[in-house]
Amino acid sequence: MNYLIVGNSAAAIAAVEAIRQADPRGRITLVAAEPEHTYSRPLVSYRLAGKVGDDLMSYRPADFYDRHRVETCLGEEVVAVDTDARTVTARSGRTFTYDRLLLATGGRPIVPDIDGLAGARGVFTLTSYDDARRIDAYLTEHGVKQAVVLGGGMIGLKTAEALLARGVKVTVVELADRLLSATFDREASEMLETALRKHGAAVCLGTTIERVLTSQGAVRGVRLTTGLEVYCKVIVAAIGVAPELGYLAASGIETGRGILVDDHLRTSAVGVYAAGDVAEAADMLLGGRRPIPILPLAYRQGMIAGRNMAGADQAYRGGIAMNSIEVCDLATISVGLTAVDEADGYEVLADRDAAAGAYRKVVLRDNRIVGVILIGDIDRAGLYTGLIERRTDVGRIKHLLLSSEFGLLSLDPEYRKHMVSGPGIEV
Amino acid sequence: MKRIYANEDLCIGCRLCEIHCLVQHSKSKRIITAMMRERDTVSSRVKVQESGQVTFALQCRHCEDARCLEACMTGAISRDPDTGAVLHDADKCVGCWMCVMACPVGAIQRGAEGHVASKCDLCQGEEVPACVENCPNEALAFEERPK
Repeated sequence: MNYLIVGNSAAAIAAVEAIRQADPRGRITLVAAEPEHTYSRPLVSYRLAGKVGDDLMSYRPADFYDRHRVETCLGEEVVAVDTDARTVTARSGRTFTYDRLLLATGGRPIVPDIDGLAGARGVFTLTSYDDARRIDAYLTEHGVKQAVVLGGGMIGLKTAEALLARGVKVTVVELADRLLSATFDREASEMLETALRKHGAAVCLGTTIERVLTSQGAVRGVRLTTGLEVYCKVIVAAIGVAPELGYLAASGIETGRGILVDDHLRTSAVGVYAAGDVAEAADMLLGGRRPIPILPLAYRQGMIAGRNMAGADQAYRGGIAMNSIEVCDLATISVGLTAVDEADGYEVLADRDAAAGAYRKVVLRDNRIVGVILIGDIDRAGLYTGLIERRTDVGRIKHLLLSSEFGLLSLDPEYRKHMVSGPGIEV
Repeated sequence: MKRIYANEDLCIGCRLCEIHCLVQHSKSKRIITAMMRERDTVSSRVKVQESGQVTFALQCRHCEDARCLEACMTGAISRDPDTGAVLHDADKCVGCWMCVMACPVGAIQRGAEGHVASKCDLCQGEEVPACVENCPNEALAFEERPK
């Protein structure tokens, strides 16, 4: 079997590991646009902060490709897929053949259409190693003391934290009424805003950049839609990532917002799979399909796609939006639907002590947990994640859900015996 | 693979497993020194849960489909190809707590100093994990069981 993997981050690496476990003999080729050995993409903000050096950026050990007998072609950007000829073509003109193809090309940061943004010096995104190096050099070269981060999601917040660590004063600008809007509610956002402000950041919600102010082509500030002007030499656009689909235009592979995949991570083309930020896969909570660009799902999708490429028959049961982020010493974990209206049939249990930096919120629907926020004490958060995924009826233990002692012991004996005795945790 | 199994009917909730786990993972490996001087740098990876008459000790299950390993963004969590154990490399951990969010039994904790995760490593290098070895009522067993 001739396996071809396009991409080199979590989904691609998971697929390599899964394929090699199932098929010791098949030929695996990995093609990726970036030249680096597989690195941890979420660590690029830590690299910018100076908290992680180049030596610890690797996502897998230096001998990973050798040990898994993977032929790598790094620095080759794929520009076309021919599903009839079963070939993939790179910008260099090099062509690769496949029996099974995995598209794990990830997302591209969205740069919004804002007056003055395009082409101005000092405008960056931060999703790649190269981005981190370029921002790093620019900060030093221009003695940057102030920056604006556009977007209060996961990447925006980690970028803000990294810039603060570099001694840069940061203003976070977010269009929604709250930070981390995918999984946070207003109350959780307020606590994070307080932590950010304590560390010297400014937070502007419900607004965006109306116009970028430049001087001789370089950023000197922004004007927000509120009329506020903020002086800065650097803007980092972090409003999200969009699946990278340009190279599929002539392939006939069905796309929506991302590459559409079925419950086995198969695309519409025979032998072609997709996983990770580029894929539009099932959403377990909301139903339907949508890209959920988070690393745990990228890995899981890559792993299942890899197994299926090697002949297994494993269904992907869908993903849930979730975030674990510690910013400015405030640990937060948020999973699923949390900003809900009880009038819509949700039941909300919540316990908040903002002064102590503690918040615990559990959202239920029909006695099943659909969302959770933990701030401060995040221990055993995964228990809630597991209950959400299994759609476990928690009607009998509702009174225990907000307890900091909530643990496996709180659950039905059968459930906990299965969880501690079973060979694997099958969800 | 060999795993640690708890028997909640035999567990008396004495927490000796917690103490010996902490000592085993301490620098000094001496019970008095570890308990008196090292508790801000090392914590027990096994935790006794207690509710009324029911108690049992819980540590990482070393799952076949390990959610923590899938969620680990740095590559700090890996599987030992020989033993199957799910291991955590503190040097590569940045404390993002993705593993805490993912573990369905709640067996990974933030370490005592709060910056990196802490989980059971089956006492690598020891024949029998310290919690099992020191359980006074055989409420913990280290053995291979059929699936």
